[in-house]
Amino acid sequence: MNTDRMLNRAAAEIASGQIVNLGIGLPTQLINYLPESVDVLIQSENGVLGAWKQASKETADAALIDAGGVYTTTREGSCFFDSAVSFAMIRRGKVDMSVMGAFEVDELGNLANWKIPGRFSPGIGGAMELAQKTPRIVILCSHNDKRGNPKILKRCTLPLTAKRCVSRIITDKAVMDVTKEGLLLREIAENIQLDDLLAQTGAELKVSDQLERF
Amino acid sequence: MNKLQSLENAIATIPDGAIIMVGGFGCPGTPFTLIDELVNQGQSRLTLIKNDANESGLGISKLIENGQVKKLITTHIGLNKSVVAMMNDGVIEVSFHPQGILAEKIRTAGAGSYGFLSDIGVDSEITDPRQLITWQGNTYKLEEALPAQFALLHAATADYFGNLVYRASAMNFNPLMAMAADQVIVESPRIQEPGSLAPASVHTPSAFVSSVVPLDQLGDAYGLMPGRVTDEVS
Repeated sequence: MNTDRMLNRAAAEIASGQIVNLGIGLPTQLINYLPESVDVLIQSENGVLGAWKQASKETADAALIDAGGVYTTTREGSCFFDSAVSFAMIRRGKVDMSVMGAFEVDELGNLANWKIPGRFSPGIGGAMELAQKTPRIVILCSHNDKRGNPKILKRCTLPLTAKRCVSRIITDKAVMDVTKEGLLLREIAENIQLDDLLAQTGAELKVSDQLERF
Repeated sequence: MNKLQSLENAIATIPDGAIIMVGGFGCPGTPFTLIDELVNQGQSRLTLIKNDANESGLGISKLIENGQVKKLITTHIGLNKSVVAMMNDGVIEVSFHPQGILAEKIRTAGAGSYGFLSDIGVDSEITDPRQLITWQGNTYKLEEALPAQFALLHAATADYFGNLVYRASAMNFNPLMAMAADQVIVESPRIQEPGSLAPASVHTPSAFVSSVVPLDQLGDAYGLMPGRVTDEVS
């Protein structure tokens, strides 16, 4: 899986002036792919507004991590606050966009990313509130799971984190938008044929007239 | 007014079966020394309330792996394989809440109220239909306040009255838990004379704090975690 391609593509979603939350795992790595010119406030739900790039051995502070446990730095104009204030910010819609991972996402924009009954239940964390209250949810995940099963489905089968919350899905193979008419394929990775992509997707994809490669 | 207490005496006030809040999100803000003393003293059948379960062999994971904990009220334990396995094996009961809802349940208890109405997860499996309340045409979930008997906290700086200051992302749940527990035990590596903290810089007022335990030295758990930082960052 080409994570560089995914992360570069996902970084392009972030525009100056936004407040953005990045989920545990791949999304938090995205910050290292942002051009210096992007003027953004990264909200980390453990109580940081203005988190910046991953810390080096020299700059790391044991009291300063992102929500994924990675030592982070802060940009100028950052601030710290407690967990109640952090989620007040989220539930009040002050975070413009959240990029998060998924176990499953479907053509209605339903998202499942907190529980695989009997196998892996890491817990809800901040996902439920972010998914329900953030105006724009971008999912960043592998197109298929480790067994090759599609994560992009007609309907999710796992317990949902939130219903109809996803705007865009970015995978290692495609960029898709959730629309009223279902999933719209906007971009396809350079190393995959359209037929193969459709075969590896568990939902019907409408192909954009302006389909691009990324 | 002087709330300085020895580590042993402060933790000895905790009985078997206690309900204990523990500050921290990951390592920052976790009171490792207070937790280690609880491991030493061996209190059992504890209920812990903490954002996460730390990581295997560290912080509250030691208490859980040691069999001292019957229930964990938390938000996310994905970084702790030991506790996920113990949960799957039924050795420990784990109750998950959305992170901000857990924070707000604690904050509500700390504010002397009994609950609040929320729409988070109203139509998900974490909601018992008996918690639903329809008011003026909208459906909400009744979230009860979550108090505790004890809170174990870490502050960057304290005075011996119990005024507390936290650092960076080590604040997290600490100030909320300070208000929500009956007995609040705080460890800090910097204990100052009253009057030396600027009054407006105090995060937790001394009224909420029961005991202040000085830390003479900070163990490895308070430092950078090995393998988590490299000289070169991509």
